[in-house]
Amino acid sequence: MKLTGTVHRFGNDVDTDAIIPARYLNTSDPEHLGRHCMEDADPSFASRVSKGDVIVAGKNFGCGSSREHAPIAIKACGVSCVIASSFARIFFRNSFNMGLPIFESDEASAEIREGDTVEVDASTGLIRDLTTGREYRARPIPAFMQELIEDGGLMEHIRKRGGI
Amino acid sequence: MGMTIAEKILAAHTDAGDLEPGAIVKVRVDVALANDITAPIAIREFQGAEAPLADPDMVVFVLDHFTPNKDIASANQCKMVRDFALAHGVGNFFDGGEAGVEHALLPEKGLVLPGDLIIGADSHTCTYGALGAFATGVGSTDLAAAMLTSHAWMKVPESMKFVFTGELNPWVGGKDLVLYLIGKIGVDGALYRVLEIGGPAISALGVSGRLTISNMAIEAGAKAGIIGADHKTVEYVKDRAQRPYTVYESDPDARYFSVTEFDCSNIEPQVAFPHLPENSRGISETGEVRIDQVIIGSCTNGRIEDLREAAQILKGRKVARGVRCIVMPATPAVYLQAENEGLVKTFLEAGAIMGPPTCGPCLGGHMGILAKGEKAVATTNRNFVGRMGDTGSEVYLAGPYVAAASAVTGKISSPGEVVS
Repeated sequence: MKLTGTVHRFGNDVDTDAIIPARYLNTSDPEHLGRHCMEDADPSFASRVSKGDVIVAGKNFGCGSSREHAPIAIKACGVSCVIASSFARIFFRNSFNMGLPIFESDEASAEIREGDTVEVDASTGLIRDLTTGREYRARPIPAFMQELIEDGGLMEHIRKRGGI
Repeated sequence: MGMTIAEKILAAHTDAGDLEPGAIVKVRVDVALANDITAPIAIREFQGAEAPLADPDMVVFVLDHFTPNKDIASANQCKMVRDFALAHGVGNFFDGGEAGVEHALLPEKGLVLPGDLIIGADSHTCTYGALGAFATGVGSTDLAAAMLTSHAWMKVPESMKFVFTGELNPWVGGKDLVLYLIGKIGVDGALYRVLEIGGPAISALGVSGRLTISNMAIEAGAKAGIIGADHKTVEYVKDRAQRPYTVYESDPDARYFSVTEFDCSNIEPQVAFPHLPENSRGISETGEVRIDQVIIGSCTNGRIEDLREAAQILKGRKVARGVRCIVMPATPAVYLQAENEGLVKTFLEAGAIMGPPTCGPCLGGHMGILAKGEKAVATTNRNFVGRMGDTGSEVYLAGPYVAAASAVTGKISSPGEVVS
């Protein structure tokens, strides 16, 4: 699977309150959450983002709360994947459990610029910046988590295999 | 090769032979917790599977975040959880006058015990590490999976050991120690790892102060924040526990990612400045920060010991004009105890507002939201942009002594400035 889109850059330690503020957690409707995605980091983000776009951020993306509303909001607003130098651990597992592709690469996180077009091969972790021509390789995904993604998330995995 | 407490608890909950850090293992879960924000997603995922709860007694639902219902949408979320809990016989369902802030409530009720493996769809589930449990926050889907199978997947983490030595300075408690630690290692300093916290200063601390420390392990990115159980822990849990529990100790030759020692004689009361918990500094370095609001409560500092500290400062004094000081006992039992000890009277006479047990303002839900430009000192755990209200507001994190002293002076203050 190849994911291609325009890059929206964010900094270090983007917390889940910035991704989806708690004031919107009185619902878990993906469409509603998507309309407020990244609102407290960049109020214009949800109106500018196009289907397939890619978020590129610094370290510790998704820190803070365990709210699964965060990856739900990111998926719902059309973002195809997130590239960061590192992810907070609950956000990391939520993303795999929900089927939101995320990739860790220090170099990609440091070099890819706002507005670049990138192409990510989800199966190999190869990230290509089509604007600059540079290529990056994301850290390999453990076999078990590749299995989760192939099965379509944790619940589908359980349905398919009768357990975790 | 020796093992850490974390490794021993994981080993006791898995059939996997390989517990090398980095290995992914399937673990049996003792307690699976969710609240009114996270349970609705878990319930929808669970219902899609069309199967019964694997073990209704291990599921705990607490309606504590947007309760008492803050608006119609929140009321609908609570109703959905309530209906599900009744229909599926959820063993431990806390609602209305039985509900309190979950991470204060579960230890108090004896639902989380030493040696347990606990997952909760709330990041501050790590609080229970203070009782010698392996407790970690997960998302709603992980929770749905545990409701269905009693199991979860875990990556075996490395442990970082922190040893607190020496004696605590005046007005210093668990909150100050953990803010200091986070200030030293940063908000991702323990990412994917376990904090194992101990040393003479931790042994000297009561269970309440230890719960405060483990509560904020997640603010350093940690998977869990474990404090080995000792006689104080056993004293705390022995009359509360309804089932057997196991006390684990790390082996002397256990492997750690790092071992760090902090001398408490160098630690003064701490304040974490906006907008990250790692921005902590000593009270003597805070400068003049005028405030509009003080919150005393939450899963971090809403226990009776915290209210006693706040009352010690507020007794016979007045909240500064122009400051809203909101005191929220974290559970109904804490509220009743505060009433019986005369603390509620102290707070009301000081001009504080008594709020119900709820997470409310901590996450900018309700009952104490900040306007643009306003500043609050809070005994809560996060000070991210917009956490307590407008994105132009600011939250300063501190312990109950500093929060109460700041309420009296109207600016961030050392308790020593107020109490002679």
